[in-house]
Amino acid sequence: MGSISLSHVNKSFGDVQVIPDISLEINDGEFVVFVGPSGCGKSTLLRLIAGLEDTTSGHIRLDGQDVTDAPPARRGLAMVFQSYALYPHMSVRDNIAFPLKMAKTPQAEIDRKVDYAARTLNLASYLDRKPRALSGGQRQRVAIGRAIVREPKAFLFDEPLSNLDAALRVNMRLEITELHQQLKTTMIYVTHDQVEAMTMADRIVVLNAGNVEQFGSPLDLYRKPANRFVAGFIGSPRMNFIDGAEAGKHDAHSIGVRPEHIRLSTSEGAWQGVVNVSEQLGSDTFLHVQTDFGLLTVRTDGDQTFTHGDKVWLTPDPNRIYKFDAAGQAI
Amino acid sequence: MARRVPTSTRIGFTILAWAIALLLFSPILWTILTAFKTEAEAIAAPPTFLPETFTLENFGAVQDRSDYIKHATNSIIVSFGSTLLGLVIAIPAAWSMAFAPTKRTKDILMWMLSTKMMPAVGVLIPIYLIFRDLRLLDTLHGLTLIMTLINLPIIIWMLYTYFKEIPVDILEAARMDGAELWNEITHVLVPMAIPGIASTLLLNVILAWNEAFWTITLTSGRAGTLTAFISSFSSPQGLFLAKLSAASLLAIAPILLLGWFSQKQLVRGLTFGAVK
Ligand SMILES: Nc1ncnc2c1ncn2[C@@H]1O[C@H](COP(=O)(O)OP(=O)(O)OP(=O)(O)O)[C@@H](O)[C@H]1O
Ligand SMILES: [Mg+2]
Repeated sequence: MGSISLSHVNKSFGDVQVIPDISLEINDGEFVVFVGPSGCGKSTLLRLIAGLEDTTSGHIRLDGQDVTDAPPARRGLAMVFQSYALYPHMSVRDNIAFPLKMAKTPQAEIDRKVDYAARTLNLASYLDRKPRALSGGQRQRVAIGRAIVREPKAFLFDEPLSNLDAALRVNMRLEITELHQQLKTTMIYVTHDQVEAMTMADRIVVLNAGNVEQFGSPLDLYRKPANRFVAGFIGSPRMNFIDGAEAGKHDAHSIGVRPEHIRLSTSEGAWQGVVNVSEQLGSDTFLHVQTDFGLLTVRTDGDQTFTHGDKVWLTPDPNRIYKFDAAGQAI
Repeated sequence: MARRVPTSTRIGFTILAWAIALLLFSPILWTILTAFKTEAEAIAAPPTFLPETFTLENFGAVQDRSDYIKHATNSIIVSFGSTLLGLVIAIPAAWSMAFAPTKRTKDILMWMLSTKMMPAVGVLIPIYLIFRDLRLLDTLHGLTLIMTLINLPIIIWMLYTYFKEIPVDILEAARMDGAELWNEITHVLVPMAIPGIASTLLLNVILAWNEAFWTITLTSGRAGTLTAFISSFSSPQGLFLAKLSAASLLAIAPILLLGWFSQKQLVRGLTFGAVK
């Protein structure tokens, strides 16, 4: 079991209020991702749940039990750090066995569990090495191994993949997702990579300046963003926003259109513009088009070959225009 | 790439370095040489460099007059005892200053250091009276206690700087892995800080070994250490220079050997974390 509940959690460092007031319900077995811009309080929130930071006010419950004042060692959660935080003086085997040793597990059981974890994570041949003799990806696996052996109530990940190269990230992303499907243990995962957020999460928490902007499934966030911040944060390339008269036509203070919801034509359409930059990715082409309402991004197929200065017409999909009021809330 | 330095400059600096090293070493060398001279030769004018009549008499005389083995044992007990006791107190103290600092931590560190700037005679009378009333005068445990207190600021400071180099993530990982404070310190912090702890231990053994002021004032016959042993050979009259040298040589030899064999460790510890 591993349901996590936060009610009116507040965290201040001295006079600086980092998290004003957050309430969240995370269900047992859920994969929840915290995303948000740098400095918005993702790590702080995760560390509050872990018990590595003291809560200034509010309550944290694990399976209904109040753990607000419990030290991390008594919460039964496991954490994977961005820096891996392996014990440099211990072999891989001892690193993985450490939590079991702390729990006074019998030696025979420790050996069995460490061997099992090592086989699952392809670490069997490195068990006697020290962490410094491992690659980044292997270290990450050891960190995960150390987290899984003790069968925690929930896993906490703080940007675990950000030190890995792109190809390895994709692999590890899949491995973590598979691990979740296999273990069915609650996982909370902090990232600022929205591809990771969209692909891994059951539900995503979008944070901004210490506040929850929206909490929902990836597709909910994509299709029905609660406000302009979420609309701009989820989706890549980011949504185009148009203010002023053009927005007024839709009875809104501002409107948003995603690059993938704009049709491109050389002859006719709603808005006229001139291609500024064309980014060709092979599969897609992103055009940055200068229009009367500013620079708009358009996603089109990879075969388009526009260059700087080409005149184009843009037409937004009328069913996919997002409208926002003056406060930025979705209408 | 090594920087290019003209050969003449290099030779010049090498000679200079040797000259300074010899200058610094000369008192020790002179002590060693004098220890093997007769008392008459030791004060001869002009002085001789190498002993004309090589003699071991002084060492015998020194052992006869005042028990070397007893003093050496006392030195070992006090210097190691006070350092180990200091470490037991300082490791948790340095842990809290490095990893759970408060607004006042810096002030406390500065205050501790400031106690080292005060001349020891300033507290001589109160400490002497306290020791007298607690019957700690001329006892090994009393001396160990005062030596621990004297060196505690240095031990805490050294450990604090070493602990600062340890990534706090790793200690947090231990906490997440279910380690209570005691296990976090013994299983993770101490093994990671071993080079630093070892050089703290060595340096403080050396400092305690060489400490003279308190050992001479707070002990007489029973608990005297080697510094008290040396000072008993400096009398204002009579021929004592060669015996004093022999006593000094006997007193510094153990610590000199310890320093010699551990210099690699000492340098590594003192520059720990300077190069990552
Ligand atoms: N110990 C601390 N003392 C004071 N302020 C802190 C402390 N830790 C974090 N903060 C502040 O709290 C805010 C949130 O920090 P946090 O590390 O949670 O951000 P984050 O969302 O994880 O950012 P990133 O994506 O860059 O990791 C930041 O403005 C940071 O400066
Ligand atoms: Mg962070």
